[in-house]
Amino acid sequence: MIKAILIFNNHGKPRLIRFYQYFAEDMQQQIIRETFHLVSKRDDNVCNFLEGGSLIGGSDYKLIYRHYATLYFVFCVDSSESELGILDLIQVFVETLDKCFENVCELDLIFHMDKVHYILQEVVMGGMVLETNMNEIIAQVEVQNRLEKSEVRPFLSSSKSFPLIYVFGFSQVSAIKYSLSVL
Amino acid sequence: MALKIVKGSIDRMFDKNLQDLVRGIRNHKEDEAKYISTCIDEIKQELKQDNIAVKANAVCKLTYLQMLGYDVSWAAFNIVEVMSSSKFTYKRIGYLAASQCFHESTDVIMLTTNQIRKDLSSPNQYDTGVALTGLSCFVTPDLARDLANDIMTLMSHTKPYIRKKAVLIMYKVFLKYPESLRPAFPRLKEKLEDPDPGVQSAAVNVICELARRNPKNYLSLAPLFFKLMTSSTNNWVLIKIIKLFGALTPLEPRLGKKLIEPLTNLIHSTSAMSLLYECVNTVIAVLISLSSGMPNHSASIQLCVQKLRILIEDSDQNLKYLGLLAMSKILKTHPKSVQSHKDLILQCLDDKDESIRLRALDLLYGMVSKKNLMEIVKKLMLHVDKAEGTTYRDELLTKIIDICSQSNYQYITNFEWYISILVELTRLEGTRHGHLIASQMLDVAIRVKAIRVFAVAQMATLLDNAHMLTGNTQRNGICEVLYAAAWICGEFSEHLENPMETLEAMLRPKVATLPGHIQAVYVQNAAKLFATVLKSQEGNTDSTTAQEASQLMIDRLPLFVQSANLEVQERASCILQLVKYIQKLQQKDVEVSEEVCALFAGELNPVAPKAQKKVPIPDGLDLDAWINEPPSESESEDEQPKAIFSKEEPKHSRPRHTEVDEKELARRREARKQEQANNPFYIKASPSSQKVYQETPGVEHIPVVQIDLSVPLKVPGLPMSDQYVKLEEERRQKERAEKKKKDKKKRKEKRSGRGKKHDSGPESEEDITPAHMVDIVTEEMPENALPSDDDERDPADPHKALDIDLDNLESAGKRPLADSEKLPVRSHRAAEVLKSPAEDEEGENVSSLEPKKKSSKEKREKKKDKDKDRKKSKEEKKKKKHKHEEKEEADLLCGQADEPAFQSEETNEVVTPPTSTSADVSDLDFWLSNAPVPSNTQEAATVAAAEAAPAPGAISVTTPDSEPEEPKDTEMEETKSSKHKKKKQKREKEDKEKKKKKKHHHHHHHHGDKGGEESVQNGTVEEEEPLPPMSNYCLLAENSYIKVAYDIQGNLQDGSQVVVSVIFENKCDSFLKSMEFNVLDSLNSKLQRPEGSGPHDSLTIPFQLPPGVSNEARFVFTVQSIIMPQKLKGTLTFIVKNEESSTHEKLDFKLHFTCTSYLITTPCYSDAFAKLLESGDLKSSSIRLEGVNMPFHHLLARICFHHHFSVVERIDSCASMYSRSIQGHHVCLLVKISSQTVSVDAKCDEPTLLGNVLDEIKQTFSQC
Repeated sequence: MIKAILIFNNHGKPRLIRFYQYFAEDMQQQIIRETFHLVSKRDDNVCNFLEGGSLIGGSDYKLIYRHYATLYFVFCVDSSESELGILDLIQVFVETLDKCFENVCELDLIFHMDKVHYILQEVVMGGMVLETNMNEIIAQVEVQNRLEKSEVRPFLSSSKSFPLIYVFGFSQVSAIKYSLSVL
Repeated sequence: MALKIVKGSIDRMFDKNLQDLVRGIRNHKEDEAKYISTCIDEIKQELKQDNIAVKANAVCKLTYLQMLGYDVSWAAFNIVEVMSSSKFTYKRIGYLAASQCFHESTDVIMLTTNQIRKDLSSPNQYDTGVALTGLSCFVTPDLARDLANDIMTLMSHTKPYIRKKAVLIMYKVFLKYPESLRPAFPRLKEKLEDPDPGVQSAAVNVICELARRNPKNYLSLAPLFFKLMTSSTNNWVLIKIIKLFGALTPLEPRLGKKLIEPLTNLIHSTSAMSLLYECVNTVIAVLISLSSGMPNHSASIQLCVQKLRILIEDSDQNLKYLGLLAMSKILKTHPKSVQSHKDLILQCLDDKDESIRLRALDLLYGMVSKKNLMEIVKKLMLHVDKAEGTTYRDELLTKIIDICSQSNYQYITNFEWYISILVELTRLEGTRHGHLIASQMLDVAIRVKAIRVFAVAQMATLLDNAHMLTGNTQRNGICEVLYAAAWICGEFSEHLENPMETLEAMLRPKVATLPGHIQAVYVQNAAKLFATVLKSQEGNTDSTTAQEASQLMIDRLPLFVQSANLEVQERASCILQLVKYIQKLQQKDVEVSEEVCALFAGELNPVAPKAQKKVPIPDGLDLDAWINEPPSESESEDEQPKAIFSKEEPKHSRPRHTEVDEKELARRREARKQEQANNPFYIKASPSSQKVYQETPGVEHIPVVQIDLSVPLKVPGLPMSDQYVKLEEERRQKERAEKKKKDKKKRKEKRSGRGKKHDSGPESEEDITPAHMVDIVTEEMPENALPSDDDERDPADPHKALDIDLDNLESAGKRPLADSEKLPVRSHRAAEVLKSPAEDEEGENVSSLEPKKKSSKEKREKKKDKDKDRKKSKEEKKKKKHKHEEKEEADLLCGQADEPAFQSEETNEVVTPPTSTSADVSDLDFWLSNAPVPSNTQEAATVAAAEAAPAPGAISVTTPDSEPEEPKDTEMEETKSSKHKKKKQKREKEDKEKKKKKKHHHHHHHHGDKGGEESVQNGTVEEEEPLPPMSNYCLLAENSYIKVAYDIQGNLQDGSQVVVSVIFENKCDSFLKSMEFNVLDSLNSKLQRPEGSGPHDSLTIPFQLPPGVSNEARFVFTVQSIIMPQKLKGTLTFIVKNEESSTHEKLDFKLHFTCTSYLITTPCYSDAFAKLLESGDLKSSSIRLEGVNMPFHHLLARICFHHHFSVVERIDSCASMYSRSIQGHHVCLLVKISSQTVSVDAKCDEPTLLGNVLDEIKQTFSQC
């Protein structure tokens, strides 16, 4: 089970939080801070697993994270998840974001938190992995977006009106490494 | 101008969407909080508006603010409003917000049940999807109970997108409502073989999650998973399955044997590192579960270790980390194989990545041997010196101690070395683990008698140099060591070279700065030392030393008498008085040493940690009973006794309470200061008066000079552990040389060359003899200690409730679902819409559990016996016979249908635990006993799976949602009482008298119970009497292979759609495959087909039916006019497949769309109802029903249930009822009853519709 998914930037500002277990708001913020503290002091060339977030989980839980340019994607999972699988899942998620937002950058996440949630909902549901096939995820997201458009929502319609500043450095992270071939 | 401003502000209000909010927050970095609070005010305004778009926008913004840590629970109701919007866009926003901020104690959640149910059954799959996703985050036990059945139906939805979500969410439902597991499990299992890989993966996911917590219940699925493992190519699924096997193998070693080969193949063939890693992990689990006496598995272990080595050597830190992690699992059972990679692991100790170093440390634990312990610890000590950051250093420290102390100091050959290691560790500054070192010192000194002399000497030196350790701060955890040192010196003072000196060291004024619990030990042990000094001076004519000692005590102890710590004070004053008395005696030249020594006589032995727990309670002792009258509650809390007798462990318990003491002291001091500050009469101390404190025990006030030492402290006089390594080396060499000599001697004597192996090659473990005669005192246990389970599971664990036996679901008739186990179905509540949830629950309880127990114990016992007999006989008989028998029973017993609760209760009691001889288990046995040849096993697996799944007993089990009847024999159809058929299946021929009685009632059991005062309030029917079981499912078509029943329900959201739920039941012994459903569309009604298919194409039904299984599919129809009933012709085609042949079959049917099916149960309040009638827009009509022979509330319930009405108001024998069509027609009824004649006056805005509805009502009652 995945217990929580946190996305925050290099300064610890949350960009998306998704807890699959209830925590009060202040506790959530505390967890974000703790997780940021743990993750941010690690070099980029060390492993992506971390044990011992004291607030969330306990001994059975691990933090599995990836760092892209300005953002940290952190999954808090228990021992029933495959560590390498989750790493690839993060990659799938990020690549899906990249396709849905066309060169995703931190600003996309900042301004379209809701959309990021909707995409995440197609990947993980209630703490369990729902879909890992990127094409399927994108297809479902797009159908729903079309549905939304057909219902006409003039003042909530979104178009990219800001410059791309931080484009994710995909070159640094070589695609889906652990070759879950059926992705 | 003013208008412009107003308009502008409105515009802004409308305009500020999520992006604007984010932008605004970014532009107000300095006063973010203030800006957000104005935004929240705006949002509150927006939420008050009627426009759902504005509301949704506001809720969307709230979701963002929630992420920033703002509590938005105040808007929960608005969120529910947005959730119930008919537009997908807003609904999605609402559900997102709900999933982010709702939780179990959110009270509005109970308002959502019906909304969610509506969304779940929405024809738009994305509405359903969004509702499922949302629900997965905030499902409560109530929601789980109420919606379990709806979700279960969705598991066979036509769209894989919905199926996979429904399957996944079932796990959450199980957690919240464990009763749903048994009824839902067969269908869940079925989804393991869903044609869609996503659904399959979801099912695997859920079962793995379940099995991880309660593996034993899922062993019987092993063949199925095995098949999946050998056939699936989806790595995600494979990983899950392989992980699951890892959890199952410890329970069934034979499974492990079977797994080894396919797993090994996967390890060799896969290119996916994740899969490889999980395979290795499971192989390790298998090898652990197998006893080590399997020589042919050494190849597997070698393969694993070799693959792991590749991972560890990889430059990818992630693989390195996982490699080490897996290695540590092998270590436990196969330490030898890991030890050969010591070089690699030691290398990892130097890795820059802390996670990896920690993992490597874990491994070291198992790598040590007598031979290399010193070497490894030496290396670790180097790391300790180098380590930055206390966490890693502390970790190293605990690891060193772990390594050395493991299995009763098994690997320590030289305890002097270990003591000096411990002493060296005391030089660590700022470690938290002072107490750990202390307890090790105590443990070693107590349990290794031979080392006491050395230990005492070391401890004396430590005490002498205490100032070096305690150095500066109070909080320095290392001073705990002094506790051990003082105790060891005192307890074993006979070994002290110079007790007088140590005594002096223990009574230095500086000691008063130590924590209280340590001071207490100092004082007590000073007394012990004093006794030793006296004893040593006994017989000595010159008594000066003894008198000096007394004087020293008398001089120094007053310092402790003043201590703020009670314990210290008490002990000190006690001992001081004693010493004063002794001094007096000494002056009179009386020999006192013996008496003083007697105070501390006797040896302390270590006691096992669990000893206390294992003392058997003597007969007649009730520990829970009050000895005296319970004390009154008025006692002040302050007087609560502290744990005076804390833990009686082998060592003096580490006094944890000191921390609390300090905190408490600090708090009190603070409070006192406050009080003093507020007291005008209190004269505050000037800063210079601090000096005063120095003499008093208020330790904290002593100014402390920080000494910054960069060079590690070398305490003079303490030995360095390193020298022991050399010494040890020398010692061993000497030993070896001696041995050689002996060998030579022997050889000389024997003249045979056999002794060679001793001097060639490295010495083996056994050769190393310990340097000391180690006498490890074992821990004491009380006499007749009780065995006790120590690892009981946490009772709060939600998974405990899911420990449910699932095996016998499949095996015929073992323990099929009892009625009480069925999921609550919506139809129960047709007439209860207006109930509050609490009442609701009650009502449900009533309807599901009618307490009509009149069975005597005798009967039950008889039944039990018979049950057993039956089981035995069943095992002997084969399935065909079984089916026959079942039918017979059903025939005989159908008369009892009006006593469901009674029956189900009984059956529950009768249930016997599954025996190991059950067919299912033997299937597994058979499968497991097969030779592990892949081709063979696959076949076997298929056979086993096929056997396990479709056992005839499972029919009823698979269809809890089809609680409606699927009667097998005509008699039942007529009586429509077969709701409880399931129970009958397992009922055996019992008490004939009883049956006969029942038969009397048989024909009237629907209207049997007459009379009873009935009172009904708005929308409720008080269920004093049981309602007859009802179902809306009616037979659509039937032939010898299949039976099809259907029910039609309108869709409130879309006035032109109805949903037809169709239950397909396989009646034959063959598989039914490739089922296709087609309907000849009329102008008015059309079957909705997927995009791209033609108007005459048939729909494929997304499941197959194994023999005896039934399943439900839903089809959406669009209708234009709803005022007339109509019939659609259709056909069902399917392939019947059995071992020999497969045939194509066809079944024609007529789908009857009644006008009733366009009505939707809609609650209505009496005032609104009155207005509606007054409005005069409605046309009226009426009917009379003659000869209705049933209680009025049954009648009402029937109208409610079959015709989707709700009761608005009921007065005596008259009731008003309301319903609404999917296109918004109001239908109002006034129902009166007078002596078997029922008159129904009705009003509706569409006369044709009304006429048809009334006709249908008439028909319903003419049938009964």
